Amino acid sequence: MKPLTTEEIRSVIARGKFKDNLFKATGVFCLALALVVIVALIADMVIKGSERFTLDFFLNFASRRATQAGILSAWVGSLLVMLVTALAAVPLGVAAGLYLEEYAKRNWLTNIIEINITNLAAVPSIVYGLLALGIFVYQFGFGQSILSAGLTLALLILPIIIVSTREAIRAIPAMIREGSMAVGATRWQTCRYHILPYAMPGILTGVIIGLARAIGETAPIITIGALTFIAFLPPVPFTETGEGTAGLFDWVMSPFTVMPIQIFNWTSRPDPAFEVNAAAAGFVLMAMVLSMNAVAIYLRYKMRKNIKW
Amino acid sequence: MQIHDQPTLKAEARNLNFYYGEAKALKNINMPIYDKKVTALIGPSGCGKSTYLRSFNRMHDLYPGNRYEGEIRFFPDNTNLLSPEVDPIEVRMRIGMVFQKPNPFPKSIYENVAYGLRVRGENNRRVLDDKVEHALRGAAIWDEVKDRLQELASNLSGGQQQRLCIARALATDPELLLFDEPTSALDPIATAAIEELVHELKKRVTILIVTHNMQQAARVSDYTAYMFLGEMIEFGKTDEIFIKPQDKRTEDYITGRMG
Repeated sequence: MKPLTTEEIRSVIARGKFKDNLFKATGVFCLALALVVIVALIADMVIKGSERFTLDFFLNFASRRATQAGILSAWVGSLLVMLVTALAAVPLGVAAGLYLEEYAKRNWLTNIIEINITNLAAVPSIVYGLLALGIFVYQFGFGQSILSAGLTLALLILPIIIVSTREAIRAIPAMIREGSMAVGATRWQTCRYHILPYAMPGILTGVIIGLARAIGETAPIITIGALTFIAFLPPVPFTETGEGTAGLFDWVMSPFTVMPIQIFNWTSRPDPAFEVNAAAAGFVLMAMVLSMNAVAIYLRYKMRKNIKW
Repeated sequence: MQIHDQPTLKAEARNLNFYYGEAKALKNINMPIYDKKVTALIGPSGCGKSTYLRSFNRMHDLYPGNRYEGEIRFFPDNTNLLSPEVDPIEVRMRIGMVFQKPNPFPKSIYENVAYGLRVRGENNRRVLDDKVEHALRGAAIWDEVKDRLQELASNLSGGQQQRLCIARALATDPELLLFDEPTSALDPIATAAIEELVHELKKRVTILIVTHNMQQAARVSDYTAYMFLGEMIEFGKTDEIFIKPQDKRTEDYITGRMG
């Protein structure tokens, strides 16, 4: 082949550059579109809901009058349900992920388990609701309580936590494991001193992504029968209630509502004044999710700083 | 050769075979390791030197499908290191290892060295302090790190990291120290420091070292074994092997005609 002249080389580059720029422009357009939609949604909620951003909105129970209705029972309910979810899902998910990566032998059984964990992440959340209705609400007799809701959402996010735990563990180089085993450590010592601490940023990210998903879930919570109109809080431990002093864990059996249900309830009312409440509550929910993500990013950054191979 | 010249045995491979699944990686290896001497394993890539080395501390047990045949006798107690009744953790507590690439844990310098002791249940601060210092001195890195023991080990240079890994292995007083190409990731100056250290260490501990570098084998070792395709071709005193190899294949390798 004859070598190209300078002119020809320049025209080849120019053609290449044109495609380069074309793709760049397309990319920027797509990105901007997505961002504009999100920003518009948030702005819409803020504008619509602005007249409800008062302290009373956070401290009032639900009410038939839109201007007096608040989200107290909803945000308290959401936080308590998340607490139960985290307490149930984190130890289970991390232990399961650790076992699968560090202890389990590779055979057909673990392969089937692996495939199914990935599949579980794709099961529609309403199915978890139906499962929970049968098992937690009726079989175990937990009723329509914070405990039932927390455990349901825990099941829902368990696959997310297991998968992210496994990925975080897999990112640890084999030489670290070997270095630990070579001084005579057991598997558990290796996990306890190395694998778990080094995987922690990744695990934490998975946990928070899971919780952020759970806090917005509506379908399974409705399925197990959360109330939509509730004008009391779960009993605070060791305070006087109508039936005597509340125990440390009485609140887990309490009826409850959560943010997405409260929003859903308000949007389905005929009175347009409730749309303002819904928009305001939607913004609060959004802020809760975003701040959870912010915490995740901060913690991951802080923890990763010290972990270098 | 007179009898009193003969050093004592620290370990001995007897009819050792090793399989990665179906693939036979080591073929009927017989070889002595002498006490308080440096034994070098040389040979072309893929000849099984690292596989052989990693048999001594049962590293292969960490992965499924690996299988040993034969024995590695460990003295003075004449334990068969490869016996299924012998716990690999017990073996690793007696035999230390330094890897090809420095692999300090992402923890402080102090914790890296103290780790082996902690694993053995030692939590007394004073004992740990003493042993950490002793090990760091033994690895000729104490003066460089004594003022920053709480700093992250990853802040050290590659050569320092490798010496830290040697200190980590020394902290628990191993009887045998395995080196798997310890200088292949280091520059010549750091390499020289490690070689000098190996020379110093053999007063205290028996050393088995895999190396790609024949000059290194000649410089640091008392005995050398040449391996090829999973077989032990020749074993002898280092000066004899390098000056007058008995086997044609050894000669080809060390004169650079092959490998």
